[in-house]
Amino acid sequence: MSETLLSVKNLEAFYGDFQALFGVSLEIGAGEVVAIVGANGAGKSTLFKTIAGQIPSRRDAVTFAGEPIGGLRAHDIVRRGVALVPEGRRLFRSLSVQENLQIGGQAGRKGAWTLERVYGLFPALRERRAQPAAELSGGQQQMVAIGRALMSNPKLLLCDEISLGLAPIIVRDIYARLPMIVAEGTSLAIVEQDIVQALAASTKVYCLQEGRVALAGASQSVTREKIAAAYFGV
Amino acid sequence: MDWLNSIVQGVLVGGLYALFAAGLSLIFGVMRLVNIAHGDLIVLAAYLALATTQTLGVGPLGSLLVIVPLMALIGYTLQRFVLNRTLGEDLLPPLLVTFGLSVILQNGLLQVFTADSRKLQAGLIETASIPIAEGLSLGVLPLLQFIVAVAVIAGLQALFYNTPMGRAFRATSDDPSTAQLVGLDNRHVFGLAMALSLAVTAVAGVFLGVRANFDPSIGPARLIFGFEAVIIGGLGNLWGTLAGGIILGVAQAVGAKLDPGWQLLAGHLAFLFILAIRPQGLFPRVQD
Repeated sequence: MSETLLSVKNLEAFYGDFQALFGVSLEIGAGEVVAIVGANGAGKSTLFKTIAGQIPSRRDAVTFAGEPIGGLRAHDIVRRGVALVPEGRRLFRSLSVQENLQIGGQAGRKGAWTLERVYGLFPALRERRAQPAAELSGGQQQMVAIGRALMSNPKLLLCDEISLGLAPIIVRDIYARLPMIVAEGTSLAIVEQDIVQALAASTKVYCLQEGRVALAGASQSVTREKIAAAYFGV
Repeated sequence: MDWLNSIVQGVLVGGLYALFAAGLSLIFGVMRLVNIAHGDLIVLAAYLALATTQTLGVGPLGSLLVIVPLMALIGYTLQRFVLNRTLGEDLLPPLLVTFGLSVILQNGLLQVFTADSRKLQAGLIETASIPIAEGLSLGVLPLLQFIVAVAVIAGLQALFYNTPMGRAFRATSDDPSTAQLVGLDNRHVFGLAMALSLAVTAVAGVFLGVRANFDPSIGPARLIFGFEAVIIGGLGNLWGTLAGGIILGVAQAVGAKLDPGWQLLAGHLAFLFILAIRPQGLFPRVQD
């Protein structure tokens, strides 16, 4: 078992009075790829938003690299090495592709990822670097969103539904790049609707159901029946 | 030639209006904050310049070296400790708070500097002029004011589109919550935007004070000129703001030429006319 990078203990999260997470606990080790699956509304995106600081939480509910980071503000958490690729990509509309990437690098963390390396990972972006990000195809926008997060040289990259709304061939293309990111020493957590894709890409899987962890295990060892049961709560 | 003269003077005054407007436009663009106290902050800058010229014995232009950083500092502090707390989904709290700030500034200035009209004395440069043709000459001061306005607009434009700080402004303007995800602290970015806005305001205040008399009550009228220039030019377009200032200045000059009492009215009419035929302004932001 590798050394623990992120540990979430008994995490609760609220949208106003509505409670979205009920005591979620999970661990992500250095160099791991962890998949988070579950039905719509299970709390997957909420989990990522809470880890990334967009939703408040108790200080000791999230520990990253040995330090409690729960409830810190999002910009502070990025500087500590946790980057989120948000659902729906959320690129900056009035910035060009290259500016979107550059702004990711303004967090000031040094590391392997530079503009050149990101263009190396996603060559399609290089020739479009001067275009407004909003003009790109969905797949290319997703590459920009991943590249923007990588530019902060995270130790942990959270990818929320990176295949959302993309053609299968594009999804396969993007997933094929993930091992190169892990090879640079970044751990990954992915929220994914496609369970086959999620299991194939990950080493460990957590299944959320109505704000609770319904199943956790090594991706090779969980059966489809177990996942189906955890997914739907039958 | 008389008419040409009026129009040229109007263009030059337009530069000053663009300076009023640029700071207003900048913070609205970055954080959707409508600063009702903007005009009073311009007057505050003029009074601070007056105090600086009197205590340090420098000229109004020399006082910029003190006033620009001072106003920037005031802007950053004001944003971090007061205005950031008013920002949110609702546009009303910042409006109310800056309105209150406007009242406080006017009364504070009244207490400290009295209601007497004051003026910044720039010396010989005030009356110097360059003859262009028979009956047409350019005042050195209005010309300088116009050149500074163009330089400020060009500088802001370069800052917005070619620097990391400008990228941060545009990204935060696009999507403040995602901007935090890339490591930008909104509170700090907004503080910097207000600092920049008030640095421009400092320049505007000094030129205002050199050009004409000022007293603590004239802020709101400068705010109106600023708003009108921004809206004529189109929100979010700095060069448009300069054009808006020039149109306003020319309309006022032409109005004054027809009848001295029509100066302000003509400016407002030009504004209303453009608002009626092109509500988005003449040059709205292209990327939107």
